[in-house]
Amino acid sequence: MSETDRPTTTVLLPESAGGWSRRDFIKGVIASTVTVSGVSYFGAGCASPLPAQTGGVERLVSLSVNGQTRRVDVAPNETLATTLRYKLGLTGTKIGCNRAECGACTVLIGDVNHYACSTLTHRVRDREITTVEGLESGDGTLHPVQQAFIDELGPQCGFCTPGQVMSAVALLRANPNPTRKEAQAAMSGNLCRCGAYDHYLNGVMRAAQEV
Amino acid sequence: MSDAMTGFELYQPTDVEQAVDLIGRYGSRGWILTGGYDSLDWFKDRVKAPQAVIDIQGVAELRGVRPTDGGGIEIGALTTLTEVTTSPTVRDRFRLLADAAGEVASPQIRNAGTLGGNLCQDTRCWYYRYGVDCYRAGGNTCYAAAPDAQNREHAIFGASRCVAVSPSDTAPALVALDAEMVVLGAGGERVIRAEDFFMEPAVDITRMTVLEPDELLVSVRIPSTWADAHFYFEKVADRNSWDFALASIAAAFKTDGVRVEDARIAFGAVQCTPRRMTRVEEWLRGRALTPEGVDAAAALASKGAQPLAYNEYKIPLVQNLVKRALRSV
Ligand SMILES: Cc1cc2nc3c(=O)[nH]c(=O)nc-3n(C[C@H](O)[C@H](O)[C@H](O)COP(=O)(O)OP(=O)(O)OC[C@H]3O[C@@H](n4cnc5c(N)ncnc54)[C@H](O)[C@@H]3O)c2cc1C
Ligand code: SF4
Ligand code: FES
Ligand code: FES
Repeated sequence: MSETDRPTTTVLLPESAGGWSRRDFIKGVIASTVTVSGVSYFGAGCASPLPAQTGGVERLVSLSVNGQTRRVDVAPNETLATTLRYKLGLTGTKIGCNRAECGACTVLIGDVNHYACSTLTHRVRDREITTVEGLESGDGTLHPVQQAFIDELGPQCGFCTPGQVMSAVALLRANPNPTRKEAQAAMSGNLCRCGAYDHYLNGVMRAAQEV
Repeated sequence: MSDAMTGFELYQPTDVEQAVDLIGRYGSRGWILTGGYDSLDWFKDRVKAPQAVIDIQGVAELRGVRPTDGGGIEIGALTTLTEVTTSPTVRDRFRLLADAAGEVASPQIRNAGTLGGNLCQDTRCWYYRYGVDCYRAGGNTCYAAAPDAQNREHAIFGASRCVAVSPSDTAPALVALDAEMVVLGAGGERVIRAEDFFMEPAVDITRMTVLEPDELLVSVRIPSTWADAHFYFEKVADRNSWDFALASIAAAFKTDGVRVEDARIAFGAVQCTPRRMTRVEEWLRGRALTPEGVDAAAALASKGAQPLAYNEYKIPLVQNLVKRALRSV
């Protein structure tokens, strides 16, 4: 990345704040050319307002997403769904309700499924995050859950699908041979407005035979 | 983006001292964050805008289940609801709590939501959550008790100006198990009976628990008293997932095979605090559970109920839940 096309994100940063400064931030940018900031997605006007920061977490963090380390500027009040979608460009993670009521934003933190819309990004600095983009293997082969969802005609509109996939993957990591009832319980935090629940369940049970 | 929460300073202490220090320093301008499943809605709606958010999830010593002297257990406040419901110790000996924790919200919420957060969460009265200036928010009216108000979810017992209900599924289970809350603040530690932990609106309408703004719930202690008793937990909600209880019953019984030796019955979502059915418990002591006895106990359970326009159905609901609990013995 050349000097000129580096994102001009420093507009958001106060001159100096306890723990870090604009100078540290710029140093961080230089040290890592993959630093991302998605301020342009919001426009400076609607970016999260910064308090007169006197302490607390440092904004520039390293996140481990889909096996890659990504440097990113994260506001204290930013959710993981926002960071993934609008800063890291991982738009496979959907935002449906943005209040823990639908499951479209489900991602894995470690091996466990969580709602990214309700997780502060700073909470997961030192954790492995997996989104739906991170499931296929290097040669493009789909994860068995993804393939099974296709084979069982899981998705209708598809909006809930990434979240359904992530919950199914979490289930099969914890319990590779679930009963249909266990699968139903494990998938109960993912709403499907199209009502394709049975198809997804068939998919989970098919995938369980393959993983 | 609606998650443009008002800005705050974020602190992530890693031990209890740091946490208590930060909480003491910010007092009512600070906000303790654990799983965040109550908190983030408030922030996103911009109804609450703390100056400092103190994310204590990294305080590892407050997480986990351990045995105590005397055969009870102590559960750290930061133990997630998934950990509570799957813990072999909790399941084996205090299944009532495991069952209750497993009924909360959805799997993803239980994966991050903590026992402490579940007990300290604010009420879900939607007038209040919407940000209106009702009594609980410091104003001088209750929107939910107005003649045309939507109050299907609200209280039938013990209202005092506020008719909101205790939303927690684990709270009635802990009341039934005679649990104690261990609370730490700058002034030291205090231990509060679960029954006394929840704040009556008549005493302080703006708070759900007796916690002071500079206090931290560190753990919950469950004595051996009710270990391995006969337990019954049932939550009635509109949907099996996500929804808060319309009423929930947590009950523990000891019998000699014929007669009830002792009983605990507590309800969630019918009063502003978990409601212990002391009169029913007393009535049951020493009695055999005949069909007439079951009916009499159920009738006693709803005594004193004062329904609002849209929640009269909670009266037979409470009665039927008591019947089902007694018939399971
Ligand atoms: C869609 C949805 C559905 C839900 N359904 C249910 C349900 O069916 N049953 C149910 O019981 N709950 C339900 N909940 C509530 C959810 O379970 C609770 O919000 C959650 O358990 C709270 O835990 P948390 O760790 O996420 O809390 P947080 O949001 O982090 O904290 C909740 C509150 O408690 C305070 N707090 C947290 N921990 C401590 C502590 N150790 N000491 C002092 N104060 C503390 C916080 O400051 C905050 O005010 C639901 C929530 C959502 C969003
Ligand atoms: S029930 Fe309580 S919280 Fe709801 S509007 Fe009335 S005073 Fe406010
Ligand atoms: S967008 Fe996160 S649960 Fe709906
Ligand atoms: S496929 Fe449309 S919401 Fe599930």
